[in-house]
Amino acid sequence: MNRPALIIAKKELRMFFDSLVAYILLIAFLGFSGFFTWFYGSDIFLTKQASLDSFFDTSYWTLFFFIPALTMRSIAEENKTGTIELLLTKPISNWQVLWGKFLACLLLILIALLCTIPYIITIAWLGKGNLDLGVVSNGYLGLLLMSAAYISIGIFASSITGNQVVAFLIALFTGIFFHWVFGLVGGGLTGTPGEIINYIGMSEHFDGIKRGLIDSRDIIYFGSIIFLGLVLAEVSLAKRNTAE
Amino acid sequence: MRFKKEQSPFMEVVIKNLTKRYKGFKAVDNISFRINQGEVLGFLGPNGAGKSTTMKVITTYITPSEGDVEVGGYSVRTHPEEVKKLIGYLPENNPLYLDMPVMDYLEFSARLQGVPKDKVNQRVREMLKVCGLAGEKHKLIAELSKGYRQRVGLAHAMIHDPQVLILDEPTSGLDPNQIIEIRKLIKDIGKQKTVILSTHILPEVEATCDRILIINKGKIVADGTPETLRKQAKGREVINVKIEDGSTEDVRNALKALPSVLDVIVIHGKEHSFEVQGDKFAAPKRDIFKMCVDKGWTLTEMVPFETSLEDIFHDLTIN
Repeated sequence: MNRPALIIAKKELRMFFDSLVAYILLIAFLGFSGFFTWFYGSDIFLTKQASLDSFFDTSYWTLFFFIPALTMRSIAEENKTGTIELLLTKPISNWQVLWGKFLACLLLILIALLCTIPYIITIAWLGKGNLDLGVVSNGYLGLLLMSAAYISIGIFASSITGNQVVAFLIALFTGIFFHWVFGLVGGGLTGTPGEIINYIGMSEHFDGIKRGLIDSRDIIYFGSIIFLGLVLAEVSLAKRNTAE
Repeated sequence: MRFKKEQSPFMEVVIKNLTKRYKGFKAVDNISFRINQGEVLGFLGPNGAGKSTTMKVITTYITPSEGDVEVGGYSVRTHPEEVKKLIGYLPENNPLYLDMPVMDYLEFSARLQGVPKDKVNQRVREMLKVCGLAGEKHKLIAELSKGYRQRVGLAHAMIHDPQVLILDEPTSGLDPNQIIEIRKLIKDIGKQKTVILSTHILPEVEATCDRILIINKGKIVADGTPETLRKQAKGREVINVKIEDGSTEDVRNALKALPSVLDVIVIHGKEHSFEVQGDKFAAPKRDIFKMCVDKGWTLTEMVPFETSLEDIFHDLTIN
């Protein structure tokens, strides 16, 4: 990672906290995930198992909805106010701008996940040492990789418009295919088409990593989505030359 | 990303056969010019003439369709990063991060421009002083008035002590006192740096620029110092005269009869005063003086009015 990207990431992260976006996200995330982990549905006290599965399943959906709200501003706002012109006439590349924005969002998600460490401690204590820390760390890794993929999609959505609501909706709409639709369609099909569509879906890879089966297939999958999202965002930044 | 004071003697900006096309129409049509170090160039033209487009190409924000731009010997096509290091840019409408405090914003800009960490504070302090922002440094940019925001934009453009400054309408939205201050600032900077500024305020170019370039419909229609442009202007000369001892009617008719005089207007509210529009190349002033001597009238006032840049601008850009 290079310096300009870090400078941008630092500024973006600071703006998340200054604008209260960060606090709203943290409170909402901890509220939702906490509620479903501890109090409602198949919570810890119902399953009576020393595992964080209910937390991971809740977070799988909570983060899916929160990330577009986090990324929608990143470039759309700069497009709208014209500050993108300031940024792109600095001696830095489009890539560094995008990496910086990507990193800031990912760091905020990381902070949110770190705030759930008390959950682990509590469950480990309640379970009297029966908590498998390997499974827990895999679950966290899965959430982080999934977040990175959706951040990348969200930044792309934000780069093609000057309207934050549009960016949010595009990110959510694109995301729902990966998150749910592909898995659903793939499950209903047999043979190679089914396998391919299943492979494109997020849940297969998330479940795989959560179960501790860290496969190169999964890493390639997440890496490709992150890469593709940022490449498309770069293309849309560079498009200013032909459009307008 | 090094911060270096490059004192190249060739810190000039060269525009070579630049064309920029947007979806079929040519915003800039095959223009070429050169700006030397230490020169302040005023870029004039009606809205949509291609001023901003040209500036955006120089700053590498958009790439040329044809032709090239070189800044300090670096081409915007092949070495955009080098070009960007040499340039300080104030875009049109002065976009800013409104939710950042002034100081943080300037620090952020300095860091991105590659100012070394230990020099950032010093540069920020210097810019706050130069641009008169010391009292507002902890305020959010959103809380500032338009004039102060413009200063923040200028401070941002100069934070890395660039050799070339590109200012797109630097004084728009400022009050007259602020305009005078900013103009002075630009003039001072222009002594050592290369400055390109665009405007549609004509007195502004006269006050700040060494050279004027008028652009219309993507083409250069005039290029020169304010004086040479005036000389090129159409041959009308306006003279205010006051001639006593004759009746208004007689004087007016006599003036009108002169071959070098094209039109005479009686100035109301001011006795014996006339505005004479003469043919510049036929020496109307001499004719008027001689006429007064012949008729025995007394010429008490003769004030030549220079052809204003407004007229030149108007002639060149209205077809």
